[in-house]
Amino acid sequence: MAATETSSSNPSLFYRLFFDKELRSVTIQVITMALIFAFFFFIVNNAITNLEAIGKGYSFSFLWDASNYDINQTLIEYNSRSPHWRAAVVGLINTLLVAVAGIILSTIVGFLLGVLRLSSNWLINRVVYVYIEYVRNVPVLLHILLVHGIVVNTLPIPKNALMAFEGTLFLTNRGFYTPKPLFEPAMWAVLIAFVIGVGFTIWFKGYAKKIQDATGKIYPVLWISLGAILLFPIIVFFLAGLPVNFEYPELKGFNFKGGLVLRPEFVALWLALSLYTAAFIAEIVRAGIQAISHGQTEAAFALGIKPSRTMSLVIIPQALRVIIPPLSSQYLNITKNSSLAIAIGYMDIVATIGGISLNQTGREMECMTIVLAIYLAFSLMISAFMNWYNKRMKLVER
Amino acid sequence: MSTERSHAVGEHPELPPPSTEVGIIGWVRHNLLSSTTNIVITVLTIYFLYIIVPPMLNWIFFDAVFSADSRDDCRAIAKAAGHEMGACWAFIGKRFEIFVYGFYPAEERWRINLSFILMLAALVPVLFDHVPFRKPGLWFSLAAPFIIGWLLLGGMGLEPVPTDKFGGFMLTLVIGVTGIVGSLPIGIALALGRQSHMPALRMVCVAFIEFIRGVPLITLLFVASTMLNYFLPPGTTFDLLLRVLIMVTLFSAAYIAEVIRGGLQALPKGQIEAADSMGLKYWQSMRLIILPQALKISIPGIVNTFIGLYKDTTLVIIIGLFDPLGMGRASLADTKWQGLSTEIYVFVAIFFFVSCFSMARYSLYLEKKLYTGH
Repeated sequence: MAATETSSSNPSLFYRLFFDKELRSVTIQVITMALIFAFFFFIVNNAITNLEAIGKGYSFSFLWDASNYDINQTLIEYNSRSPHWRAAVVGLINTLLVAVAGIILSTIVGFLLGVLRLSSNWLINRVVYVYIEYVRNVPVLLHILLVHGIVVNTLPIPKNALMAFEGTLFLTNRGFYTPKPLFEPAMWAVLIAFVIGVGFTIWFKGYAKKIQDATGKIYPVLWISLGAILLFPIIVFFLAGLPVNFEYPELKGFNFKGGLVLRPEFVALWLALSLYTAAFIAEIVRAGIQAISHGQTEAAFALGIKPSRTMSLVIIPQALRVIIPPLSSQYLNITKNSSLAIAIGYMDIVATIGGISLNQTGREMECMTIVLAIYLAFSLMISAFMNWYNKRMKLVER
Repeated sequence: MSTERSHAVGEHPELPPPSTEVGIIGWVRHNLLSSTTNIVITVLTIYFLYIIVPPMLNWIFFDAVFSADSRDDCRAIAKAAGHEMGACWAFIGKRFEIFVYGFYPAEERWRINLSFILMLAALVPVLFDHVPFRKPGLWFSLAAPFIIGWLLLGGMGLEPVPTDKFGGFMLTLVIGVTGIVGSLPIGIALALGRQSHMPALRMVCVAFIEFIRGVPLITLLFVASTMLNYFLPPGTTFDLLLRVLIMVTLFSAAYIAEVIRGGLQALPKGQIEAADSMGLKYWQSMRLIILPQALKISIPGIVNTFIGLYKDTTLVIIIGLFDPLGMGRASLADTKWQGLSTEIYVFVAIFFFVSCFSMARYSLYLEKKLYTGH
């Protein structure tokens, strides 16, 4: 009798490890960590054995060997004798280029579509709806291939190039050609004027706010800022005697020479990614605007705030709080989706170091490590920015 | 007497509304021409549609050739009929079987058809409430994946078919459905782990989710196709399709986990406190109180993730599996049909549109069904 009492009030340690609430959580965690470590030990051990068996180590020294392949779009100096790490940098820059260009275009188109989707005009409303549904329900890879097919198959060869704007823009199946601006030294003055304009705007914004807080007087901050940032440099540009020349593309032999060229792969990837992401952004914008209750507008009007300032002081700040988190994840998506470039031969980071370099050197582990690490770095940076932004914008309740 | 009243004194009958306010005219005035901006938008939109739609319809229907033996044949037929060559759908018609079944042996294709019917039958009791025999139906739904797996792979009395014969729409369905079925439970577990009070468990879940969400699916598929063999004991071989299935499932599980975490965080803390005060244990309160509500909130996000996963199945062509897109591009190598890529892309796009759009519609239906507010 006494024995059963002690065992029920003071059960064995083994029993408590699994049935005592506090101890059980320790047990579970220890087991989890043990399993994780065992798993990693297992795969790393296997990797070492397997690599040894075929005589490969794990080293990044191959990055300094000559790459022996050409890349069709390079923003920095690169040729086939350049080392692999340089190929990786070229790829990284190409990824960033298409991502940034895509983010800009998709934001513009997306906001436009989102606003049109809320339009009271039935026709445009339906057209945008059909567009959004079509785009969102078809894989992005298909969009990329389709746009690439259109650019390559339906645009004319350079000899019969489609000309636009008096011979300044040529559309061909080898790419889009535009004049390339060549800057003269006096361009520095324009750049300095621009920096001064930005600095003035920052100071003026603070000054206008101080005056408004003190006296209630409102300056037209937007117009004065635009004048300082845009008009001032333009005036300096003219005063400096138009310090810019253009190098025009010219048809030589079978292709254009000179000028700025957007390659068909870049154009196809850029347009496809932007138009695809724009449909998602449109839905985000629509949801964001709809999330602000009509009472907010009415309250602002009741306080006698002008409609334009109601928009900029009441509606947009609140809508942005809803819009920005999903928007930033769309920006991350566009960056990640740019890896599909490999399907149409645009040389991004996956196609260079994770594609050709990998196949030439046979260093799967190292190449994939680099690619994964770069993408992880992108996404962690965007996440960090988002957390900072969310903290800044969070509604403080109670 | 012509002035006989049909109504009482002081009660004039209601006049009909002005003809400009009702009917078609009223609708057009209100929806298309309500202001100057609206008139401009309407005119521009009509012009835009006029530019875009007729050529598209011509290409798809009026100038299209539906039966021919080669691309030149298509062109000849279009020329004989006196119009430009539109879509050459004959190509799709001739290759239809390979689009659907891939390289699956011709005499075994009944197995794919049967599996497809079984899959639909298994989905009905899961998706809809008011169907006859729902209870036994659900048991069938549980068993169906195993039956379908046996039918497709063979063995045990059926001719075995290696997975490299899988292709076409059947491959899309295999990857998509496996991913969807597999990722939901894993995603729920990860979401609960991330919300757990045990730091070690939480850390593992966070690391996993953030890693997967931080890299593109295509790099994970590359890892699966090039690196995974290094991580396995020497001498083991691992089916490529199986590796892809695992990667796709884990990939979408991480996204599902984040969606469900959103649902969990949206629940008021009072719900879990109430469950605790009722004396429910962790799993009981999760199963009975928390998850039903959290999952209900997250339905749109979950379905969106499923649609994303389903669309992402096209990426397998990059590592050399042949989904419909891959099949189409491979067929283009045939000199008879060269240059017809647009037809393939449009055809595959229609297939994806139909399946994804129905998923989105079902999610709307589900939201409405589970809506308990007022």
